[in-house]
Amino acid sequence: MKKNLRVKTSNFIDETYKISFKFNGKTYYGYKGDTLASALLANDIHLVGRSFKYHRPRGIMTAGSEEPNAIVQLHNDTSRTEPNVRATEIEIYEGLEASSQNCWPSVNFDIGGINNLLSPILPAGFYYKTFMWPASFWEKYEYFIRKSAGLGKSPTKPDPDIYEHKYIHCDVLIIGAGISGIMAAKISAKNGFKTLLIDEKPYLGGSTIYQNTENFKINNQTSSSWLNKEINEIKKIKNLEIKIRTSVAAFHGYNFLLARESLTDHLPLEQRDNKTRHRLLKIRAKKVITATGSLERPLIFDNNDRPGILLSSAIEKYSNLYGVACGEENILFTNNDTAYEAAISLFQKGINVKAIIDNREEVDSKLIKETEKNNIQIYRGYTVVNTSGYKRINGISIMQLSKDGQKVIGPKKSISCDCLGISGGWTPAVHLFTQSGGKLKFRDEDQVFIPDKYPSDQISLGSCNGDFTLDEIFLSIPKKLKDFLNIKKTDYENLEIYSSFNKSKRNIWLLPSDKIIGKTKPFVDYQNDATAKDIKLALREGFRSIEHVKRYTTTGMGTDQGKLGNMHALGIISETADSKMGELGTTTFRPPYTPLTFGTIVGRNVGEYFDVFRKTPIHDWHVKNKAEFENVGQWKRAWYYRKDGENMHDAVQRESKAARDSAGILDASTLGKIDIQGTDASEFLNRVYTNAWSKLAIGKCRYGLMLNEDGMVYDDGVTTRLGENHYIMTTTTGGAASVLGKLEDYLQTEWPELDVYLTSVTDHYATVSVCGPNSKKIVSQVIPELDFSDESFPHMSFKNAKIDKIKCRVMRISFTGEHSYEINIQANYGKSVWEKCMKVGKEFNITPYGTETMHLLRAEKGFIIVGQDTDATMTPIDLQMDWIVSKKKYDFIGKRSLYRSDTIRDDRKQLVGLLTENPDEVLEEGSQIVADIKKSPVEMLGHVTSSYYSPNLKKSIALGVVRGGKNMMGQKLIIPMENKQINVTVADPVFLDKENKRLNA
Amino acid sequence: MFVINCPYCGEREQSEFKAGGEAHIVRPKQPTELSDDEWAEYLFMRKNIKGIQFERWIHTHGCRKWFNVVRDTSNDKIKAVYKMGEEPPTV
Amino acid sequence: MKNKYSIFSLVKNAFSYHENWEKAWKDPEPKKEYDAIIIGGGGHGLATAYYLAKKHDMKNIALVEKGWIGGGNTGRNTTIIRSNYLWDASAGLYDHALRIWEGLSQELNYNVMFSQRGVMNLAHNLQDVRDLKRRTHANRLNGIDAVYLNTEQVKKFCPIINTSPDIRYPVLGGTLQRRAGTARHDAVAWGYARGANEMGVDIIQNCEVKGIKRNGDSVEGIETTKGFIKTKKIGVVAAGHSSVIASMAGLKLPLESKPLQALVSEPVKPIIDTVVMSNAVHAYVSQSDKGELVIGAGTDDYVSYSQKGSHDIVEGTLNAILELYPIFSRMRMLRQWGGIVDICPDASPIISKTSIKGLYFNCGWGTGGFKATPGSGDLFAHTIANDEPHKLNAAFNINRFVSGNLVDEHGAAAVAH
Repeated sequence: MKKNLRVKTSNFIDETYKISFKFNGKTYYGYKGDTLASALLANDIHLVGRSFKYHRPRGIMTAGSEEPNAIVQLHNDTSRTEPNVRATEIEIYEGLEASSQNCWPSVNFDIGGINNLLSPILPAGFYYKTFMWPASFWEKYEYFIRKSAGLGKSPTKPDPDIYEHKYIHCDVLIIGAGISGIMAAKISAKNGFKTLLIDEKPYLGGSTIYQNTENFKINNQTSSSWLNKEINEIKKIKNLEIKIRTSVAAFHGYNFLLARESLTDHLPLEQRDNKTRHRLLKIRAKKVITATGSLERPLIFDNNDRPGILLSSAIEKYSNLYGVACGEENILFTNNDTAYEAAISLFQKGINVKAIIDNREEVDSKLIKETEKNNIQIYRGYTVVNTSGYKRINGISIMQLSKDGQKVIGPKKSISCDCLGISGGWTPAVHLFTQSGGKLKFRDEDQVFIPDKYPSDQISLGSCNGDFTLDEIFLSIPKKLKDFLNIKKTDYENLEIYSSFNKSKRNIWLLPSDKIIGKTKPFVDYQNDATAKDIKLALREGFRSIEHVKRYTTTGMGTDQGKLGNMHALGIISETADSKMGELGTTTFRPPYTPLTFGTIVGRNVGEYFDVFRKTPIHDWHVKNKAEFENVGQWKRAWYYRKDGENMHDAVQRESKAARDSAGILDASTLGKIDIQGTDASEFLNRVYTNAWSKLAIGKCRYGLMLNEDGMVYDDGVTTRLGENHYIMTTTTGGAASVLGKLEDYLQTEWPELDVYLTSVTDHYATVSVCGPNSKKIVSQVIPELDFSDESFPHMSFKNAKIDKIKCRVMRISFTGEHSYEINIQANYGKSVWEKCMKVGKEFNITPYGTETMHLLRAEKGFIIVGQDTDATMTPIDLQMDWIVSKKKYDFIGKRSLYRSDTIRDDRKQLVGLLTENPDEVLEEGSQIVADIKKSPVEMLGHVTSSYYSPNLKKSIALGVVRGGKNMMGQKLIIPMENKQINVTVADPVFLDKENKRLNA
Repeated sequence: MFVINCPYCGEREQSEFKAGGEAHIVRPKQPTELSDDEWAEYLFMRKNIKGIQFERWIHTHGCRKWFNVVRDTSNDKIKAVYKMGEEPPTV
Repeated sequence: MKNKYSIFSLVKNAFSYHENWEKAWKDPEPKKEYDAIIIGGGGHGLATAYYLAKKHDMKNIALVEKGWIGGGNTGRNTTIIRSNYLWDASAGLYDHALRIWEGLSQELNYNVMFSQRGVMNLAHNLQDVRDLKRRTHANRLNGIDAVYLNTEQVKKFCPIINTSPDIRYPVLGGTLQRRAGTARHDAVAWGYARGANEMGVDIIQNCEVKGIKRNGDSVEGIETTKGFIKTKKIGVVAAGHSSVIASMAGLKLPLESKPLQALVSEPVKPIIDTVVMSNAVHAYVSQSDKGELVIGAGTDDYVSYSQKGSHDIVEGTLNAILELYPIFSRMRMLRQWGGIVDICPDASPIISKTSIKGLYFNCGWGTGGFKATPGSGDLFAHTIANDEPHKLNAAFNINRFVSGNLVDEHGAAAVAH
């Protein structure tokens, strides 16, 4: 039986543009302008999904972003699939495929529905009280709990869409383009403020724009036609930017807001490729006007969750905006005038309204009178006590309310219906205001929280400020805008306002029932199946604060974040615990206002844009020559160069041997370089390094060790004195930025009297390091003008030179223990110098080597790598580098910390060499070192920090830190592996050329 | 995210800055003459104030200058900024 | 326990429509004097009160909480529980806690949903690999279950991780502790509160400490919003507010309180069945029993008590999440929040006596305190009752900052959470 529930044409729906879509595999039609919800309703479909806990059938409840029930999976199993999409928000498009969630095998027949029968033993927090026996079974219980929880399904394929970010700075940001927002935007923009107006919906005008009755008039025009003119007017204002389909997600301090602009979600699928899907707006506004409106409250009574039960304002919106009747036999249930406004709208469209149940006993208003003209039955002083129908409501039972509203009296009457509209009055949408740090106050007369204290330059206008009616809006907004924007007049003074809305309301948070509450299911949080009795149970068990009740019952924790039910939860707590609403506080409204996709938050920074690559000027050469790369910080460093058929081990062995036997070449451009100048440069180095610098001659280089103020090794490197007041410092690759930061910190804040200037020149120079017995022959051919004799150019010295007229700096320094030179040249010449070295070095079998070989070579020589052989617990004394710690210097960074009771101990972990009993066995870096394997628990003395097979020494070598290792030379220790023990002997960490013959060769 | 009024560059996003902890902890002139306790006091002990805190910030992605900020740590509202070496304002 | 929880009690109570459940804990007004007072009603404080009453035969105990129990970091954290720490002292402390976790639901007769779904730590560069191997070896020798996994094994254990070698920081390996996992944070606070209440501990909510009264070098009591309460022993477990309480006693602590943020996605059907942590790419994620992806972000670098952090931190975290799990791009962030974490310079906690007699501090847990809750409570109770630390918390004394014997976990352990 297919009904046509499409009623009189609406201005917002394009009936000439028919769109087909699929729901649960079946094809339906709607029109351009429909949401999925309105299109489903037009096809007489209310049942959309199943609830979280009890798997109760649920339908469409609202017509906006507060929807708790009608959430669907889009495009199941495709790369554009998306779980938990609100049917009330998604505009239909050609190709739309939606399906119900949280049901199996189908939404019509859901096995999980059995939970509804079990509900008596599944009260709030039941899981805390059970599943504990036997203890080992929790894992199995949990498997089923997890399976039945969750709503939709996560995507399993990468996202094909593009997201981007945009920064916006404006004078005035207006959130919400309802009547209040439109008025504010016009006044703000006309007064010269750079204004941004945004709204989450695809149209402007909020709920006033479809408020199409004679009962609301502005200057004798209907409110909607008046507003329409205003909208047409503001569209022409130049300094006003309007963004629709844009939802403000977060309102942070200092008027920093995030909004999601949705750009393609409403387009046919085939039009979306290569377009930006969402744009995350990062807005910094001088002033913010919040005009986010209000949300209609449901009413809390037994079985208030059946498909076919909607908010009365939603029924009105479906009829007025989308031209859809939600049912053929409608009943409205209300405690205020809103339902009458809906009833009149329905009459106008020829939709039947069978009855209105009104909590209020003695109430009269123009709206009610208007309604009564249509011969409709109004039950005054009545309440709904129950509903019937499983997958769709088919009737209600009503009873009379007692005078105090605490119980029901008299006979019970049943009325059939296929749709029930409910209205519990309105709740100002203060979410964004409170996110920004705003404090609320409670207004007793209509039981609402409204903004009280603003934490930044902002204001709330209209119904989000508790000004619900047209007359209130026109009374308050002009004055508030004048104050807020500091202007003299607005266009909105002395207008003639006609509003037939009577504000009286009979607020009862939990409506009484003829049954004891234990036998009822009055839902407060629809999505999470939290009922009023759950809240009462929580209170009974001692949970008193709203935060406790929320967490214990999960009220307000669903994807709608309790937009509908939070107020009722508070109300029920206040009534049950006999505490005042205003004193209970509210739960915290946490961002985002509506859920935001991860992709939107991340924007373009995905895939190759995740993090920058830093490449040396010689990078391309390494790529061409089959280098494998290692990530060191953001740098890509050549790790080793693979020749035909080689594995990594082969390559490293070959490179290491070549460097010692003849010549090796390394790209050292990534090392941090800091240019230090000023008359106090030497004194500065004295204070930051452990050793002394004043006496370093110009043209000489020195190795330095830098500590943290807590005495632990922080960084190291060679610093060269270029002139009287000029040094160039090198740092580790990974430490460059933090070293510069630390030096600047001391310079600017502790020693501002020092005349020193620091400049990072890491990227300005390329560094080519040539080492090995033939290095001198090669470099002297590359720079023939220079005297390379040992007398003129000894180890640890520097010379200025030129290569093909280009200035460069040449240091004779070594990290390998070989005779070696470093050529530093302006970065863009780096590659040509490298290639020149390769060309000249060809006859010496010059071999490029990567970081792995560099690590091996320096380990042979016992040189440390900060960060590998040290962690943040090693002092220079621990490293057996006492020689570099000046005893004479009065002070340097970290000095005092070396002399604390636990840092001067002799039994600290100390750096030693380790040799394996079997010279072919290479230790695993990170393996632990023990003396007595039988001791329980095993005492770990330290660990292996560096370990290699040395092709030059033809044996395995390792560095490690060992407790008291300094005094254990020659002692046997054990490396306990998972399935074996390896015997090692403590050795001198300098394995090769202790006499430094090679350096000076 | 705050906006910080760098005394050298003007108002900039917080993301351009880095925090450097409590201000006006002067490095002892003669560390070697301090007891372990006194040294630990300088090195590690912090007021960690809830309320008005005087603290250091650096405009890392800007002028690279250190300066001082007076901020209410209970709500992150900045009360004043002043250069290194200047007298702290009374807030 | 007079009001025992079980499936039978649930069924029995169903017949009376759950009208007869008793209060899980009472709401007493403070007495004039207690033998010991715990300041702070988070998980650690509640556990401390529980073990003081249970194991140390102290019956006249109060716990004061300025807000609601479990409302601070206990209810805001990402609930990761593991014990695969590097240093012996840390491993001892956290594994002690893990062992208690393993029987906690039964001990408390409150299902804390401790779920041993494993915790995996990923390596993204060669130093990460060294550090994780070092930690695995140390764990094994300390009797803590931990294995090192290569990239294929990582992929097998958690197939949705992007282990492609082409990503910016490829997964080079990882470690897995199978006994590790997650628990239901609120339940831990409530379970301990119920247990402590049962043994006579007065849990006093909405009672803010305004001052600590001293007589020379000893404590005499606390000034609160509910009046003066006399006591000779005060255990402070105030997390982010530790320094605030310390200043009342004229003490300074080596702490900075910083914002730490976390977020959850909307709930979905099971998609990730373990906890995965990455330090280098800085993303950690698990999925709650409710189906939400639970994602921890980093700390901001400034002191703040506002319970708000900067958006950059959240953006950076999700950035990392999408690098490792590109399939989550269309998942939606449902809620985002901040807590205040008190961080020590060495990223290890303080469970210690102080220079004032009768005043004890348990603080400095930084970003990773939840996992230690039962062990921390047990050891702190021991320290308060005996005026001496237990051997498992001896290394976590406050004097280590003077002597220089730090327990540096962030420098060494690759992950600090």
